[in-house]
Order: sequence, then structure tokens, then C-alpha cells
Amino acid sequence: MKAALRYTASRLAAVLFLLLLYSPLADAHVNKHEAAGFFSGLKHPVSGLDHVIAMIAVGLWGAQLGAPSIWLLPVAFPMVMAFGGMLGLMGVPLPGAEIGIAASAILLGVAVMLELRPKLTVAAALVAFFAIFHGHAHGTELPPGQSGLLYSMGFVLATGCLHGVGISIGTVHRWNWGKAAVRVAGATIALTGTVYLWRALQ
Amino acid sequence: MRQRLSRKLRFLLFAGAVAGATLLLPGRAEAHLNSTGLGPVYDGFLHFFLSPEDLLPVLALSLYAGQRGAAFGRRVLFLLPAAWLLGGWVGLGHTAIASTVVTALSFLLMGGLLAADTKLSLFWVPAIVLALGMSHGYFNGAGLGKVDSPGIALLGIGTAVFIFVALSTSIAVPIRRHWARIALRVAGSWIAACGILLAGWAARK
Repeated sequence: MKAALRYTASRLAAVLFLLLLYSPLADAHVNKHEAAGFFSGLKHPVSGLDHVIAMIAVGLWGAQLGAPSIWLLPVAFPMVMAFGGMLGLMGVPLPGAEIGIAASAILLGVAVMLELRPKLTVAAALVAFFAIFHGHAHGTELPPGQSGLLYSMGFVLATGCLHGVGISIGTVHRWNWGKAAVRVAGATIALTGTVYLWRALQ
Repeated sequence: MRQRLSRKLRFLLFAGAVAGATLLLPGRAEAHLNSTGLGPVYDGFLHFFLSPEDLLPVLALSLYAGQRGAAFGRRVLFLLPAAWLLGGWVGLGHTAIASTVVTALSFLLMGGLLAADTKLSLFWVPAIVLALGMSHGYFNGAGLGKVDSPGIALLGIGTAVFIFVALSTSIAVPIRRHWARIALRVAGSWIAACGILLAGWAARK
């Protein structure tokens, strides 16, 4: 078995070496903006800690609330966030967007910390309300000259993955120590949000 | 077991050697790259797979069709490429125009259907498929004006649509687990979200 593995590994190494000899096309005038648009979209939600903690808080809260919130919140959030992004792209002003983003981290963090269990409609409305602020910030910060579609795809994907991270972390909620850990995470998110609110108000 | 393993290894090695030898073939240096160098069929084929504005609505519709069952999937599988080719054929004689609004609507509608897991009857399939296939096919056809053998390139696009619908629908049809169906709906909400953003992008222009 070991010999077979060694045999495979040496041959795979040979194939990989052959790959290095591959002569690629010389792409003059390739449209670099397209790839740049996707990657800047993908990077945008991850580059700001205020966005990251709020998205993770949505996932954590969904995990605490259980079905159907665990999937309803991540399904509803991107669409409402995109609506906010559309407003941003169209140039519709949204006063206090940074305050709204900081407030989202505080309130969602507090909801996780206290393990609040409001009605599904209330939870969805709260998350949707804050999603508009996050989307607006993404929409207004689209770098010039980049593909709008690929930028949008990038940041929707990144936001969804952040929710996924939150939900995955939230799965520890089934254990007692996990419940406490999730609540501590909620408190940390609320505290971080307070710092961002302080900065936004200055 | 040892004999089976070595057979597999031999096959893998052979496949690897063929792939490696193929990779050694020098490619053409093409400025203004818009061709695969393999002819118009493959140009059209590749065009579909490299165009997220076409690929994602088709993905959403295929997954939705799979979500609704095999009968729904079969209708989409045969109707969508046909509608695409028909729309493309109509578009061949026209000049390319911006299609951002239509693309945004396709994303929104197809992604929305998948996200909401809408219980549509089979009666609605031709209408949805014709709307998507003919509109996107038309824009593809109009954009092929400057390509050599545009009709054959269009055939490549139609083939790509057929293969892609077949693959993605066949993935979605057997899905029964609750979490997997939720994952499909989440994918739909992401595609719809891209559509909303694209509408904003179109309004900005």
C-alpha cells in the first residue's frame, strides 16, 4: 500500500512538473476590471470588522433561535442588503449609515448575549432593517471602472459565507458550555459595536 | 485489492500522461482574446460558461426545476436550449445593445423563484423558459454579429445551455434532505440579491 502511494506521489509530481511547462496565451488587453470587480466585492465585507461582526451575529442569532430562523435570516438578509446596495448604487443618500452599522452590531450582539427570542417577524424585521445600512455602505463604495455584476456577486458571496461562519459557530449552542460561549461572543460583538458607534459619532 | 488499486493507478497515470502531453501543446498568442482557438462551436460553448450574466439565471432556473421534480426538470431541459437558440437566431440580424435591465430581471425572477421555493404548476414552465431563453438568446445572438460563423457559435451556446441544465437539474432532483433544500434556497436568494444590485447598477448608468 505504501509502495503504491509512493508510486502515485512520484507520478503526480511528474505531472505537476509538466504543468509548469504549459505555455499560456499572451493575453494583451485582457479585461482585468472584471476579476478585480469580483475580488474587491469579495473583500469588501471581510475588510471591515464592523460588517464582519454584524454578519456573524446574524448567524449566531439564527443558530440560537433554531428553525425556521436559522435559514430564514440568511435567506432574507442578502436580498434586503441588496436593496440597500441598490439605493447606494443609485446615489440615494442614507444619513447615518455608519451609525446604523455600529448599532446593528450592538443590538444583534445584545440579542445573542441575552438569547432573546422575539417573534420570527420581529427578528426578521430587525435583521432586514440593519441589512439596508450594510448594503448601502457596500453599494456606495463600489470602486470606479469595475464590473457591477461581479462586484455584487463577490460581496453577496462573502456576506453569505460570513453568515455561514456565524451559523457554524452557533452549532455549539447544543451544549451547555456552547450556550455560554455563544453568549460571550454576543457580548464581545456588542462591545465592539459600541467602539464603532463611538467612532461614528465623533 | 492490490490488483484493483494498481489498475486504478495505471488508469490515473495514463490519464495524467495524456493530460500532461496535451498541456505541452503551445497555445496561440491572441491579443483581444475572444476565441478558444478551437472553432466557433467551442467559442460559443465557452462564452456561456464565462458569462455569469447568462450562467447564473440558468443555474437558478435549473435548480428550481430540479427542486420541483423530474417532470419540471425535463421540460426545462428541452425547452430552454430551444428557446435560447430561437432567441439567438432572431438576434443574429440585430445590433448588440446593453442588456443590464433584462439580466437584472432574470436574476431577480429566477433567483426569487428558487429562494421562495414557489409552488408553480407545470403550466407555467413554457412561459418562464421562453422569457429567459429568448431574451438571453437574443442578446447573445445580437452580440455574435462580428464573429465568424455566428450560427455555429450559437449552436455551441445552445449545447452549453443543454449540458449545464442537465447537470444542475440532475443534482437538484434527488435532493430530499431539509438542509440541502435550504442550501438551494439560500443560493437562490444570493442570485436574486445580485439581480437587485444589478438593477441599481443599471439605474446608476
